[in-house]
Amino acid sequence: MNWRPALLIPAALLLSAEKAAAPVLVPEVSQHDIRVEQGFTGADLLLYGAILTPEGQPIADDYDIVVVVEGPTHAIVVREKRQIAGMWINAASSSFRSAPGFYAVASSRPLTQIVDPRTAAIYELGLDWLQLSPIGSIDPARQQRFARGLVDHMQRMGLYHEDPGAVTISHRVLYQARIALPSSVPIGDYTAETFAVRKGRVLASGITRIRVDKQGFARLIADRAQHAGLAYGLCAVLLSIAMGWIAGRLFRRV
Amino acid sequence: MDVYLPIANLAVNAFVIIGLGALTGVLSGMFGVGGGFLTTPLLIFYGVPPTVAAASAASQVTGASVSGALAHARRGGIDYHIGGVLVVGGVIGTGIGAVLFRVLQATGQIDTAINLLYVILLGSIGSLMAVESIGAVRARRTGRPVAARRRRHHPLVAGLPLRWRFYRSGLYISPLAPLLLGMATGILTMLMGIGGGFILVPAMLYILGMGVNVVVGTSLFQILFVTMATTMMHALTTRAVDLVLASLLLLGSVLGAQLGALLAQKAKPDVLRLVLALIVLGVAVRMGLGLGWRPDEIYTVVTQ
Repeated sequence: MNWRPALLIPAALLLSAEKAAAPVLVPEVSQHDIRVEQGFTGADLLLYGAILTPEGQPIADDYDIVVVVEGPTHAIVVREKRQIAGMWINAASSSFRSAPGFYAVASSRPLTQIVDPRTAAIYELGLDWLQLSPIGSIDPARQQRFARGLVDHMQRMGLYHEDPGAVTISHRVLYQARIALPSSVPIGDYTAETFAVRKGRVLASGITRIRVDKQGFARLIADRAQHAGLAYGLCAVLLSIAMGWIAGRLFRRV
Repeated sequence: MDVYLPIANLAVNAFVIIGLGALTGVLSGMFGVGGGFLTTPLLIFYGVPPTVAAASAASQVTGASVSGALAHARRGGIDYHIGGVLVVGGVIGTGIGAVLFRVLQATGQIDTAINLLYVILLGSIGSLMAVESIGAVRARRTGRPVAARRRRHHPLVAGLPLRWRFYRSGLYISPLAPLLLGMATGILTMLMGIGGGFILVPAMLYILGMGVNVVVGTSLFQILFVTMATTMMHALTTRAVDLVLASLLLLGSVLGAQLGALLAQKAKPDVLRLVLALIVLGVAVRMGLGLGWRPDEIYTVVTQ
């Protein structure tokens, strides 16, 4: 008896079912270039897009949307204060190879209701699942303590946040989310990833890129400070002498 | 009005920073100190990274001391001889300070070190000043003069070898004494972003035994050059001088300094010293409590 057709049929069925279920996600963001210049007080990113079946129809069932905006990663050191001789001083530290300088996740419902821990870990959905690549210490409890300290610190700085309920979905087609960047956002290349999730499985995902860069005067100053320290320092010194002197002159005349 | 600070990497309200500069400027005009001891902690409190705060506060002190130094120069209130030695010591001190800064930063102890220095220095000098000025105020009230001090300068100073004559200060002492004093203030300027006037003036009076008429002028002269050296040192090593922040601080402080100078003419000097002592002590106590209280932030993050 030839088994092959019998094997192929369910496989083909599965494939076609997969294909029908794989919707297309087209993400977009309101600003691809964020210019950090004089007067910059932060930016409000609008992330929006559409999800359709390949036939161009709305998806039949309800689904959730998770949007993750992640900034450039850096190697960092997290320091922990302890009370020594009555003073709180940095007593321990732990290094991480790749901590994002900015991380924000917005979703249509709380993340724990949308995905299970395994999926969350795979796609880095949520502050508990950041892949920070610790260096050195192999003690998991210690690593976790420092990772939590890092997340807590960055949350206070406004650089990490989780915003459940910030994504709205209209007519199962359009979604939109707002993510605020504070004025202290790090410079660099950002990614904005959107995931459509149903029953704990990622149906579709899409990625857009955002660049945050200093422009104009702010860029000039930062660039001179970094690459022309001598001239920059002389500028600062001359400026302070000139201002002090001019003020002295002005007031003596009056 | 919001202004973005390109080195500190954050937006601040320009009027808050100008006001801060003005506050310290008034102090500097009234008391002849740079006011840096207030600027740095207040900036850190406002959210400016500590390194940027210390590096940018130094140039504010330069601006605040220019007109004062010029005024003293005009009336012959600067001993350039001893001032030169102090400046040389100060520049060496900023170099040492830069190395210390780097070491402390790498080991994560820079903030604690800065805090401790504030508590120890401001605490001790503030108390000395308070005791002295309370005595002076009481003496003026009762009409009984304060007993004159018996010795000119500290025995340690007299013991140093290689004596020079400093005519304007009326001193015959080893140049090592002002050199070491200059070095110490240079280190502090680099670490704390202060001019060091509140340390320099009492040290010149009570340790070196300089004449009162040249103390303030010479200290301003030294502060002027050492803060300039500090700004250069920061620009070349930590690269943390924020020109926008410094300009805002300067704008406030040079205007405040003029106002302070006017106020100082109307107040009694011993009362002024007592007020300064109380402010200095207040900052020291606040910093001390900050070390002892459980901080909000147990964890801090540094980018490598």
